[in-house]
Amino acid sequence: MSSWLDYTINGLIVGNLYALVAVGLALIFGVSRLINFAQGSIYVVGAYIGWVAVVQLRTPLAVTIVLVTVASALVGLIIERFGLRPLQNSARIAPLLATIGISFVLDQIVMLIFSPNPRALPSQLPDIRFQVGGGTIGLLDLLIAGVGISSALLLFVFLRFSKLGWAVRAAAQDRDAAMQMGVDVNRVNQVVFAIAAALGGLSGTLVGMYYNQIDTAMSLQATLKGVVAEVVGGAGNVPGAVAGGLLLGLVESYGVALFGTSYRNLFAFLLLIGVLVLRPNGLFASARQLPPEPLTGTFVAPSRPVRLPLWALLMAFAVFVLLPLFPVSSYVLQTLTNAWLFGMLALSLTLVAGTVGQVSLGHAALLAIGAYTSALLSVNLAFPVSVAIICGGLMSAALGTLLISPSFRLRGHYVSIATLAIGEIVSLVILNWEPVTRGPIGISGIPPLSLFGYDLIGAASIYWFCFVVMVLLALVQVRLLGSHIGRSFRAIRDDDVAARAYGLSLNRYKALAFIFGGFAAGVSGGIAAHLYSYINHETFNTQQSILALTIVILGGLGNVLGAIVGSVALVGLPEVFRIAAEYRILIYGIVLLLLVRFRPQGLLGTI
Amino acid sequence: MAQPAQLLSLRGLTRRFGGLTAVDAIDLDLAAGELVSIIGPNGAGKTTLFNLVTGLDRPDAGEVHLDGHPITGLSPEKLAGKAVARTFQLGRVFGNLSVMDNVLIGAHARLSAVKPDVPLIGPLLELGLALLRPASVTSEEEQLREEVRAILARFGDRLLPRIDQPAYSLSYANRRRVEIARALALKPRLLLLDEPTAGMNPSETEEMQALVAELKAEGLTILLIEHKLDMVMRLSDRIVVMDEGRKIAEGAGEEVRNDPKVIEAYLGHGLSRASADQREPAT
Repeated sequence: MSSWLDYTINGLIVGNLYALVAVGLALIFGVSRLINFAQGSIYVVGAYIGWVAVVQLRTPLAVTIVLVTVASALVGLIIERFGLRPLQNSARIAPLLATIGISFVLDQIVMLIFSPNPRALPSQLPDIRFQVGGGTIGLLDLLIAGVGISSALLLFVFLRFSKLGWAVRAAAQDRDAAMQMGVDVNRVNQVVFAIAAALGGLSGTLVGMYYNQIDTAMSLQATLKGVVAEVVGGAGNVPGAVAGGLLLGLVESYGVALFGTSYRNLFAFLLLIGVLVLRPNGLFASARQLPPEPLTGTFVAPSRPVRLPLWALLMAFAVFVLLPLFPVSSYVLQTLTNAWLFGMLALSLTLVAGTVGQVSLGHAALLAIGAYTSALLSVNLAFPVSVAIICGGLMSAALGTLLISPSFRLRGHYVSIATLAIGEIVSLVILNWEPVTRGPIGISGIPPLSLFGYDLIGAASIYWFCFVVMVLLALVQVRLLGSHIGRSFRAIRDDDVAARAYGLSLNRYKALAFIFGGFAAGVSGGIAAHLYSYINHETFNTQQSILALTIVILGGLGNVLGAIVGSVALVGLPEVFRIAAEYRILIYGIVLLLLVRFRPQGLLGTI
Repeated sequence: MAQPAQLLSLRGLTRRFGGLTAVDAIDLDLAAGELVSIIGPNGAGKTTLFNLVTGLDRPDAGEVHLDGHPITGLSPEKLAGKAVARTFQLGRVFGNLSVMDNVLIGAHARLSAVKPDVPLIGPLLELGLALLRPASVTSEEEQLREEVRAILARFGDRLLPRIDQPAYSLSYANRRRVEIARALALKPRLLLLDEPTAGMNPSETEEMQALVAELKAEGLTILLIEHKLDMVMRLSDRIVVMDEGRKIAEGAGEEVRNDPKVIEAYLGHGLSRASADQREPAT
């Protein structure tokens, strides 16, 4: 009995922290219809500012809190001013991509300054615990509860009684009407971002103190948890976000009590997917509302694709085919082989995110499914490698489509959240399903690539194999885009309501896109497994998903050739310039931000 | 309930948003070949009514019958399959698609060779056919393209010279035309036009009016939302007037025009008496 009380208290305290993040997300969503994927990064920034204050400056608790709040709010203001305000009149995909880019830039900057190693963030309160009923409650718990309740109250007073608060609520209800009544929407955005960032940063510091540990990997988790809480409460609903945070905290706490810690995140994501599917407007939404109306603007920036002459394409093809015959180092060949593997992933993502408009953030999960299938088939059942790779592609197509299918009814930002969560679920399942996946140990001794009984071992033969597979996949994709299905995909992306009115079933075509794209990604993962000879649950991670997204944006959404050009540029060039690994993500993030701002159609244009 | 002679019939159709009843117990019948216009002030519920009929929104109460068969709450995809086509008030073209592709999407529900009617593996067969493209698929596509050119030719040289341009590059009026062309490509039995002339100048409106008259003469059944009363009076067999979600009048042009309730709805409550007084000496 007593332990249950403890779990409840723990759930409520952690829930309070989630609620702080979620409230910020809800405020921002309310005003700008934007899910701020950088919220978790602000939380990390806040945690590290707290660490600097506590450990380096040795500030007293009250000063620490003020310092974290003010500094985080400043970060929020900077993000709003330089990251998002320039995109106000862009296509709807632009701010979504921008917050993703900002998140990676912030995380990497923190990582470069403080190193990725975890740090201890000691609580500045004496460790006194009170007996409450059968459980105990510490001073820090009380502080967290106090911060949670008082910020909720402050926010309530601000929104209800101050002039600026009125402006925020007016802008949330009807942005255009508010603007016409003289509300300065830029100022509202500033205020909202500052408040959201202050709460997020504060939450980061408190979480650090609660677990006495901070690291940069917290960012993604915090974004996910905050988004889960916010969506559960109903996007844009501030009191709902508080309730959603508390509920999430309790669900996780009880889940851990019943099944163990390694399942903690699984419950969060299952809760998210459940809510998205069953009550996409949140648990507390009133009756059915009008569907959020995309007006005449399209999801992606309008552009015309750049048409390269056929002879140029054939020349490039010939150069890349003949390259291994020239005296190039095997390092160059390996780098390009890697580019071809990413090219296959980018082909898949450019179809899903670019052609159909489902911006997937969990695409690495498709790699993982393909890789594990191919590896297990060849190791356990002695399948020939090439057959195993094809099976990996098919499994990715089938399983990936099945997993994503609950989110087919979602649009825009929600698709990105759902795919991010599904990606995490896949990696959690791989980690926990030991009898099949061998859990954290991973699979070793995966046989090398082979074709018709001949092992492909030399750098040149592997290079050719990957290049040919990628070119074949690209050609099939071009053929698909030229058919009525390609037309239907693009129509769904541009306006799904009009598409439905003309008989296009969203489920059918989104499923086809994920089946087709899943196959390419699965094949890429399968080949990678045989190249690496060892894989585990961390081989395919969010980093690759983000790199693939940057490649796709660089090349041009939906642009098949662009996906390949983008891969060579983003995978190849950092190698050529020998850029250290820890700077690469930073560069990808910056490239993504610059593209969104200055060339949203990418190098070769949206198709 | 619904007499078979009616192509479309609505009975007690109701939709509430929170405390607001946007569409309040609307009854409406539309015989084959008829052109009925719905008029009324902004916010009267006209577009919501269209959304209810075309499945984009579901009614809280009431029924819709097409040809005597219930279609209440059917998805828009299914309704497209039943040859119900609509245009949108704000002009929803597919911005990045060419004019040709936009209109071809209109014919999507008619594609046969690429849509094998097999459950479960139907989508996979469709994928296979789209990639392999046997002769039946290519000839159907070619025939549709011919048809699209014929439809575009109805708009004179407004669209044909721009057939390969992306829709986002078109003028506003041309986008509205593309929408109508897309609707025609469905070969609809019932066409719902939501303010087809919004944002058009007088000569463009004239052109659109001639086109709608032509479609009517060809026997197409049309439900029209329009604010330009001249056009409504000339084209409609019957006019339905909505205000605050309710049907306040229905009948032939002149009848409706002189109905005091209609005048009140348009001029605002309290003003109607004054306007009626003004009218009297004139007549």
